[in-house]
Amino acid sequence: MTDRIILKAPWELALLRKSNRLVAETLAELALRVRPGASTLELDRFAEAFLLARGARPAFKGYRNYPFTLCTSVNEQIVHGMPSERVLVEGDILSLDMGAIVDGYYGDAAVSLPVGRVGTEAERLLRVTRECLDRAIAAARSGGRLADIGRAVQGHAEAHGYSVVRAFVGHGIGKSLHEAPQIPNFVEPGRGRGPVLKAGMVLAIEPMINAGAPEVRVLADRWTAVTVDGSLSAHFEHTVAITENGTEILTALESAGA
Amino acid sequence: MPKEEAVEVEGTVVEPLPNAMFRVQLESGHKVLAHVSGKMRMHFIRILPGDKVIVELSPYDLTRGRIIYRYK
Repeated sequence: MTDRIILKAPWELALLRKSNRLVAETLAELALRVRPGASTLELDRFAEAFLLARGARPAFKGYRNYPFTLCTSVNEQIVHGMPSERVLVEGDILSLDMGAIVDGYYGDAAVSLPVGRVGTEAERLLRVTRECLDRAIAAARSGGRLADIGRAVQGHAEAHGYSVVRAFVGHGIGKSLHEAPQIPNFVEPGRGRGPVLKAGMVLAIEPMINAGAPEVRVLADRWTAVTVDGSLSAHFEHTVAITENGTEILTALESAGA
Repeated sequence: MPKEEAVEVEGTVVEPLPNAMFRVQLESGHKVLAHVSGKMRMHFIRILPGDKVIVELSPYDLTRGRIIYRYK
């Protein structure tokens, strides 16, 4: 892995639009199937079939031997929850994270969704985390700095009494799932403002926000990351392209907005 | 993705080399080639054989590092 940020040519951007759009479509389809009584494994099977039917490949499956298409992280699970027979119950919150490969280019996005009706606390966490992503995307613009993204997320999350997960970060994306730069959702003291953001950069921005403390523990399955204090955690992710005329969200469906 | 950070380890400078590089013996016994961080050069922090230092290693190449701190 290199530390250099790979700028994408317009033709590469066109391919990244395809893979990322497919991820967005899959997540939209999955959202319709998230309800009390559904198992996370069922969602995973659906997502895999959906991708394969469209000539794409799941990006997570096989990545460091990860065995699934989706990451399904419920409640206190932050990210990398593994699909299982676990049945969703009313009041759960579920993060769905997925990557897809189309013609060698990667797409990556995540949403957190309520299962049925959820408590006001859970609802508020979902709303604020989504707003964190919106603000992060607004801060990611040509001529800005990488650290602007983390500052936007951290400011908004902490203003609501939440904390930002430090152990996981966003990333560049292109012909690999993870490229430079790492995109922390917080300000790293003493690290400066980071590189200048330029047209051609494609970034997967993914704030992970805990209702309680920021500490993370990884379960014995070596993947599932949970909050140490058991508090709820939410996670939203979009892949965006920095361009001369603004930042384009590659994983948004027109109707769904950002 | 998981955050990947440079590993920080303590070591002792054994030999000065040209171009502000040093051979540093780590506590683990390994010897690495380390240069002095730009911040330390800016502040004219001198490094001599025998100094105890903190070296930052890249997870990708554990034989090279950057001296980021010299103990007084």
